[in-house]
Amino acid sequence: MNRYFWILGGFAALVVLLAIGLNLDPRDVPSPLIGKPAPSFNLTVLATPDKSLGPKDMQGKVWLLNVWSTWCVSCRQEHPVLVDFSKKTNVPLVGLNYKEVRGDGDFDISKIKPAEEKSLALQRANQWLAQHGNPYTLTVMDLDGRVGIDYGVYGVPETYVIDKAGVIRMKHTGPINPDVLDKKILPLLAELNQ
Amino acid sequence: MRARLLACCLALGCLLPLAHAGEAAPLAADPVAEKRLQEISAELRCLVCQNQTIADSNAELAQDLRHEIRGMIQSGQSDKQIIDFMVTRYGDFVLYRPPVNGVTLLLWGGPMALLLIGIWALLRYLRQRARRIDAEQPLSAEEASRADTLLNETAPK
Repeated sequence: MNRYFWILGGFAALVVLLAIGLNLDPRDVPSPLIGKPAPSFNLTVLATPDKSLGPKDMQGKVWLLNVWSTWCVSCRQEHPVLVDFSKKTNVPLVGLNYKEVRGDGDFDISKIKPAEEKSLALQRANQWLAQHGNPYTLTVMDLDGRVGIDYGVYGVPETYVIDKAGVIRMKHTGPINPDVLDKKILPLLAELNQ
Repeated sequence: MRARLLACCLALGCLLPLAHAGEAAPLAADPVAEKRLQEISAELRCLVCQNQTIADSNAELAQDLRHEIRGMIQSGQSDKQIIDFMVTRYGDFVLYRPPVNGVTLLLWGGPMALLLIGIWALLRYLRQRARRIDAEQPLSAEEASRADTLLNETAPK
């Protein structure tokens, strides 16, 4: 009897361990950037392509950086939540348009000239925002995804909460749903804005 | 995006032989650098197709990162600098051989702990068994005669 107890106990422990493992989300990779200064960049602003913007221009404000693209299906799912957010709060929401042209499988980037890529990207992004509503205070264009690498972007959409000192306080990978917004992002913003 | 990535991972399975042929133009002129690129990217996990290395994966992110590593090799950075560059952006998860620390202790120590528990259980069992055998004493004269009677009872008459 005692022996069966041990065997069954061991088996149950294994089942529990595997069950925990199976229920973890392998895509939920902790970002090493949390608590670190937001990597700097200087990128073209979508609405005013002759101007550029970087994290140091946002110094002193608590803001969100949202990585998006018109070819990104999950971004479409997330979009209404962001539009709603922008109406409810006055927290700056900066869009980082990620690889607008070369990220889209329909284009062969080796056949597109840099100037052409830029104008095409601006046009596509503007059109998309006009169609679906623009929740962004402004959007900057990361045409080649180089800034995305600095931010450890690996699955669009991704969202970063950056504090007044320019330090990344939170990262959310994947689309923001109302639950994440209400339970995680809004409380953090309120705390940082105190 | 996820659907696209999944599709890319799946497509990769069938396209692997082709993908090798059509791989982004390697630095054929510099085989040493290309070999380093291979070695470094084989140590790094592609975060999109998580069970592939950056060397194996044809996901866009892996291509971008190979491009990045190639650039860093050309600018004369050491292997360690390149690996550190990846870790500061994507975390220890990007390493196929993560460092031993509080978070990875179970990963590194788990198999050893299981082995030790197994050895302990085996030794315990063997010791108990030996003790049981030692404790078995030969039959006393009285018991022997009883056993004889019993055996004779069942013997054919």
